[in-house]
Amino acid sequence: MSPSPARTPFIVRLGRSFNARSWQMAGLFAAFALIAVPVMHLVLPPDHPLYLSTYFITLTGKILCYAIVAVAMDLIWGYGGILSLGHGLFFALGGYTFGMYLMRQIGRDGSYQSDLPDFMVFLDWKELPWFWAGSDNFLWVVLLVLVVPALIAFIFGYFAFRSRIKGVYFSIITQALTYAAMLLFFRNETGFGGNNGFTDFKRILGYSITAPETRVVLFGLSALALIGTLLLARFLVTSKYGRILTAIRDAESRVMFIGYNPLWYKLFVWTLSAMLCAIAGALYVPQVGIINPSEMSVGTSIEIAIWVAVGGRGTLIGAVIGAFVVNLAKSWFTVSFPEYWLFFLGTLFIVATLYLPQGIVGLWVKLRQRARRGGDDLAAEAKGASA
Amino acid sequence: MKPVDLLLENDENPDWDSGTAELGHMLKPGELDLSHKVILYLEDITVSFDGFRALNKLSLTIDAGELRCIIGPNGAGKTTMMDVITGKTRPDEGTVFFGQTLDLTRLTEPEIAHAGIGRKFQKPTIFENHTVFENLELAMKTDKRVWRSLMAMLDSAAGDRIAETLQLIRLGAQADRLAGLLSHGQKQWLEIGMLLMQEPKLLLLDEPVAGMTDEETERTGELFISLAGKHSLVVVEHDMAFVKQLGGRVTVLHEGSVLAEGALEEVQGDARVIEVYLGR
Repeated sequence: MSPSPARTPFIVRLGRSFNARSWQMAGLFAAFALIAVPVMHLVLPPDHPLYLSTYFITLTGKILCYAIVAVAMDLIWGYGGILSLGHGLFFALGGYTFGMYLMRQIGRDGSYQSDLPDFMVFLDWKELPWFWAGSDNFLWVVLLVLVVPALIAFIFGYFAFRSRIKGVYFSIITQALTYAAMLLFFRNETGFGGNNGFTDFKRILGYSITAPETRVVLFGLSALALIGTLLLARFLVTSKYGRILTAIRDAESRVMFIGYNPLWYKLFVWTLSAMLCAIAGALYVPQVGIINPSEMSVGTSIEIAIWVAVGGRGTLIGAVIGAFVVNLAKSWFTVSFPEYWLFFLGTLFIVATLYLPQGIVGLWVKLRQRARRGGDDLAAEAKGASA
Repeated sequence: MKPVDLLLENDENPDWDSGTAELGHMLKPGELDLSHKVILYLEDITVSFDGFRALNKLSLTIDAGELRCIIGPNGAGKTTMMDVITGKTRPDEGTVFFGQTLDLTRLTEPEIAHAGIGRKFQKPTIFENHTVFENLELAMKTDKRVWRSLMAMLDSAAGDRIAETLQLIRLGAQADRLAGLLSHGQKQWLEIGMLLMQEPKLLLLDEPVAGMTDEETERTGELFISLAGKHSLVVVEHDMAFVKQLGGRVTVLHEGSVLAEGALEEVQGDARVIEVYLGR
């Protein structure tokens, strides 16, 4: 340990949250996303065996955004013991906020050739609502993506945690919150395009949104955002803060009686988690090309919890694995057997809960321990035989 | 807005005495006013749950540095009394003062902990998924706001404090074990160790030796006796041999109020106490 550990710069401490192996993995992943993917998509000809299709880039980019949401969920659920069934709300809010910018970037290229977004012309609105002010400014919108969902999460969380609402009661009110928001966004008068939401985007920062180069950049940004999220999350859960957070999960009254106020501890991770979801939502919308109120449906938010449960709670990497496994399965099922997808999802959740309480990561750890023990037994036997 | 609410919102304010002027007129910030040699006053405390009076006009004072034992049959209100002192339960009537100045009925649990009251629960309550070392680390007296915890790094002085306490509670060899794997008696000791890390002025101990072996019980008694003087201790206990070993004044609770108070022999000779314990 260095003589004055408190003076170690934050960035160094953040970097140390990953061990050497994690950094190797992160480096490999970044090299894949930032070098290999662009080359395989832009340089290689479409008939080359290593060519990556637009479908692959869009699907994987989308799942990278989901993985960020899953890590955000694991922070509050796996470590904080707070199960939110309304995290789709913050994801959708980030998406809608960034969608406002994308709508403005359409300019006069919409069906009505107006300065206003098409849906406003259709509603016979003459000017932008007040909250659309500045939505043509990229930096302002990025700021809103970071601030608005966080503010909503903070206010909601403050009252919920101050009233000491816990467990299933908290889950239910988060579900009610996202459902109420969905109903609100369904209304045309709300000013977010009603049930159609935002779509038909044309440009981002002046570049064509469907250009292969733009897709590759958005994919790379999503990958970097995921690595950043994992790094920040790992720092949090290995800090003293993280230990207090898990202590609150396990024995909240003891935490209070040794002088920590759980309100601020929960509120911090809750708000941060909402912000991460919002960032993921903002990266998701330009890649998928649409945002509508269905992202706030109750089912969407429950699915987020399933990703984390399947991958393994309280492991961070399990959340990423869960998001990939479930969503890859979903994209295969919804093409091959669309009517069976929900049955499969339900079965997966039941199986994971009953037989894999630690998810895929837990299974992996158990298998490895068994293999190692088996190896030890063999070694011991060999030793006994030779003696 | 009540001053308590102000204090709650001032969580990020390092100067935590700001706003306490209305709460309790502390003479020096963070320092308890013990000018009358009394650390805890309970006066006419009444607590009812659905018509049942758990505490009935309970009045009790604890002197600074005293080691007091509280005994009484089940349902006498011992645990409820601790809940009132630590802010978990608000009394319907009555006042609770810590020192001359701090009105405990107006502070939250974490604020009361910061003021210097530590509590051991009847059932050992520790962080089972943390190591023994981490349990002590989290309990240690320090700035307990979010930002500090995010940036906190263990310095060598803190490491020494933890090592000292580990030795005192004889869990040095178990420092890196998960607390959930300890024996019942060891968990009790760990919780006592966590209390000591908080450096409280008043320790409330609810059946601290339940589930301990005779040897562990005796060692615990020695520890408590050595703590008295510097700290004030209130021990709720059923084990009369342990109460005898501790040797302090004894208060008998019955049906939510004080039935008798004095040395153990005096109390044991009291006709009303005998009646309560032996039944009618």
